[in-house]
Amino acid sequence: MKLVTAIIKPFKLDDVRQALSELGVQGMTATEVKGFGRQKGHTELYRGAEYVVDFLPKVKLEVAVSSDDVDRILETITEAARTGKIGDGKIFVSDLHKVVRIRTGELDTAAL
Amino acid sequence: MKPRSIRKSAQRLAALALCALPATGFADELNSGDTAWMITATALVLFMTIPGLALFYAGMVRSKNVLSVLMQCFAITGLMSILWALFGYSLAFGEGNPFIGGFGKFFLSGVTVDAMSGTIPETVFMTFQMTFAIITPALIVGAFAERMKFSSMLIFMAAWLIFVYAPICHWVWGGGWLGAYGILDFAGGTVVHINAGVAGLAACIALGKRKGYPEIQMPPNNLGYTVMGASILWVGWFGFNAGSELAADGVAGMALAVTQLATAAAALAWMFSEWLAHGKPSVLGIASGAVAGLVAITPASGSVGPMGAIVIGLASGVVCFLASTRLKRALGYDDSLDVFGIHAVGGVVGALLTGVFCATVLGGAGFGEGNETIAAQVGAQFIGVIATIAYTFIASFVILKIVGAITGGLRVTEDEEQEGLDIALHDERGYIL
Repeated sequence: MKLVTAIIKPFKLDDVRQALSELGVQGMTATEVKGFGRQKGHTELYRGAEYVVDFLPKVKLEVAVSSDDVDRILETITEAARTGKIGDGKIFVSDLHKVVRIRTGELDTAAL
Repeated sequence: MKPRSIRKSAQRLAALALCALPATGFADELNSGDTAWMITATALVLFMTIPGLALFYAGMVRSKNVLSVLMQCFAITGLMSILWALFGYSLAFGEGNPFIGGFGKFFLSGVTVDAMSGTIPETVFMTFQMTFAIITPALIVGAFAERMKFSSMLIFMAAWLIFVYAPICHWVWGGGWLGAYGILDFAGGTVVHINAGVAGLAACIALGKRKGYPEIQMPPNNLGYTVMGASILWVGWFGFNAGSELAADGVAGMALAVTQLATAAAALAWMFSEWLAHGKPSVLGIASGAVAGLVAITPASGSVGPMGAIVIGLASGVVCFLASTRLKRALGYDDSLDVFGIHAVGGVVGALLTGVFCATVLGGAGFGEGNETIAAQVGAQFIGVIATIAYTFIASFVILKIVGAITGGLRVTEDEEQEGLDIALHDERGYIL
């Protein structure tokens, strides 16, 4: 099992969610985060005082998937989240050791 | 006739004679129009502090300090109200000497249900003036925001009312020595704005800069509050300026009109200045510009005409913009919310231009008593400005140092400042989202 973590532009959340649902992905978690890579921040101005804002709002999406599905999911997320402009984001895949469905106690693949 | 009947006939004759006299208007006769307006104006000016000024300032500090500003304004409102009644009113408006009023009205002695002040009850006059005594110290809050100890603030404000506000008020409005120069200060350019602005400068020097200023970014946490506050100030200021006529008449009407025009002009002037200087107009800028205009028209509102008001507004918008952005950065003091840049500088601009635009040839109502030319009037205005600046700065600074000694320091600890005053001083959070 793998944990797919995608950092995407906030307005792309709905597109990605829809694309993943069409794939059959049943659940995911979204968090509002701040970050930057190569995308430059912006400057704000308050009564003559300039503030440089490096960290930009992003959304972190986490999906737990079985290892067989990883490639398809990566492709789907990338397609849906891409705008072609700097700041589209990144996807990280990490190993998932155990999964539990809290309501029923089901484990691992049955809990995905 | 017998002696008693002669006396009685004489009395009857006298009574008849009195009835024949035309009804004379006594100066102390209550005018309900004036009184109704002044009660309303009092409410408007109080509204300017709570929540007008409170919101204006609160929106500009960091979110961890938003409540501390509201708390300071509200506490000052309560404290100044009581102290004004006990001592302040008498020291400002009581009969005394050229420098301070007497003790005759301590505890509002003599201010009864029937006591009059011109055509309005003295209770109304006293309460109206109280709202001025509330907002003036509240203005200073902006200079020491985000770092002052609450106890030190309360003691400082109490002392400031008695030793700085009341005397200056007495000098200008209470029959004191500045009255002799024919200075025109209709609603408090000197008494309120230069006074508070310069005290603010003294405060930010006495307290020192916020930790991390100017390297650390301290953007305003809620400009929505700030605009709400500025709007309330704008509307409430009609009570401040038009109410200073103490009557519902033509002068009040003109004060109303010039207040609106100067403020509008200043808001636009700051907005366009910023647009030119930085490439984009900002909402904080236009709100600040409006306040600058309100400050500048304050001393002028009883003596200038509409076109003069527009010029005053334009001037204050531009000058205060430069003072709050360039001057502050150049001189390096941390006047958190630009109390000096807007109130002191705006007050001086307004006070001096009052001397120009009060001239009838420029649409004004005429010079102050004893002055015949613009030069003479501006000279008089200058005296008022200098006297206020000098006294306020020195007295405020001294009071601050004494209060610091009594309370073991004017500032909160570094940890408290880092954590934020809302939690550190009040155990509360402004936003529980």
